[in-house]
Amino acid sequence: MAIESALGESVVLTRTDKVLGWARKYSLFLYPFVTACCGMEYMATAASHYDIDRFGAGLPRFSPRQADVLFVVGTISHKQAPILKRVWEQMCEPKWVVAFGGCTCSGGPYDNYATVQGIDTIVPVDVYIPGCPPRPETVLDGIMKLQEKIQNQKQEL
Amino acid sequence: MEESLTLKKLRERFPASIIDTHSFRGDDTAVVKRVDVVDICRFLKESPDLSYNFLMDLTAVDYLQMNNPPKTERFEVVYHLYSIKYNHRVRIKAPLTEADPTIDSLTPLWAVANWLERECWDMFGIRFDGHPDLKRILLYEQFEGHPLRKDYPLTGRQPLIGPKN
Repeated sequence: MAIESALGESVVLTRTDKVLGWARKYSLFLYPFVTACCGMEYMATAASHYDIDRFGAGLPRFSPRQADVLFVVGTISHKQAPILKRVWEQMCEPKWVVAFGGCTCSGGPYDNYATVQGIDTIVPVDVYIPGCPPRPETVLDGIMKLQEKIQNQKQEL
Repeated sequence: MEESLTLKKLRERFPASIIDTHSFRGDDTAVVKRVDVVDICRFLKESPDLSYNFLMDLTAVDYLQMNNPPKTERFEVVYHLYSIKYNHRVRIKAPLTEADPTIDSLTPLWAVANWLERECWDMFGIRFDGHPDLKRILLYEQFEGHPLRKDYPLTGRQPLIGPKN
């Protein structure tokens, strides 16, 4: 008799990587780095109608030391860039970065002297959510993409 | 058309400093010499029958390569004044040359002029004599040049960190 049938459903066999990924992807603590109008759409996503908490990302932390996903929401100017970099550096590993909206992905409509042309020139980005601003459905899709990435990556302990 | 009270009074009081005036649909504008701009604003503020007690806006225009109509001075500093008492407005413009873009500060008259003039210095590089703390207000100290001047390149990015993309 195989051992699985002897144990029945009282034991689940898995890998450390998989169970850590599962735990991490459903307990995302966001740091909303909100600088512009995309913030309204982030609020709509977070509020009860779309309810970001269904994805385990319902508790924003306003200290980078308690957060593990840096949500960059809105236009980043060159004056703001060192602050963004510093917030990212203050976050503990493991950490991820989401570029929320066209401005953070590529500078969006602002091809001028003041705007950073995509935050990936400043910090490494895991998920890009395009849109001006992105609809809440797009944001939730982005969070699911991030969860997929977290689940499948190598889990550093 | 009859000239408004404000422009009439200005002409009477400062005949030598008024370069031009015009009114369009109730908006009065006076183009004045830059040396008298503080005196003119003080007169507009303190005359009991004008009482322009509110500096609504202070900005500048760069007329580089403006040929129709041709401009002899490159810059114009624009003041918008409002009277809360009488509910009327006036626009004061003072032309400045490219060689010497300098004008007297209005900070003795209105405290709000402090930040407005700093913004004007930041964006256009216009110096305000007598300003208590003329430094950049929006951009960072390391920034070189004044981005709203017409000869500043549109994408003249000066990153503090990261590549110049």
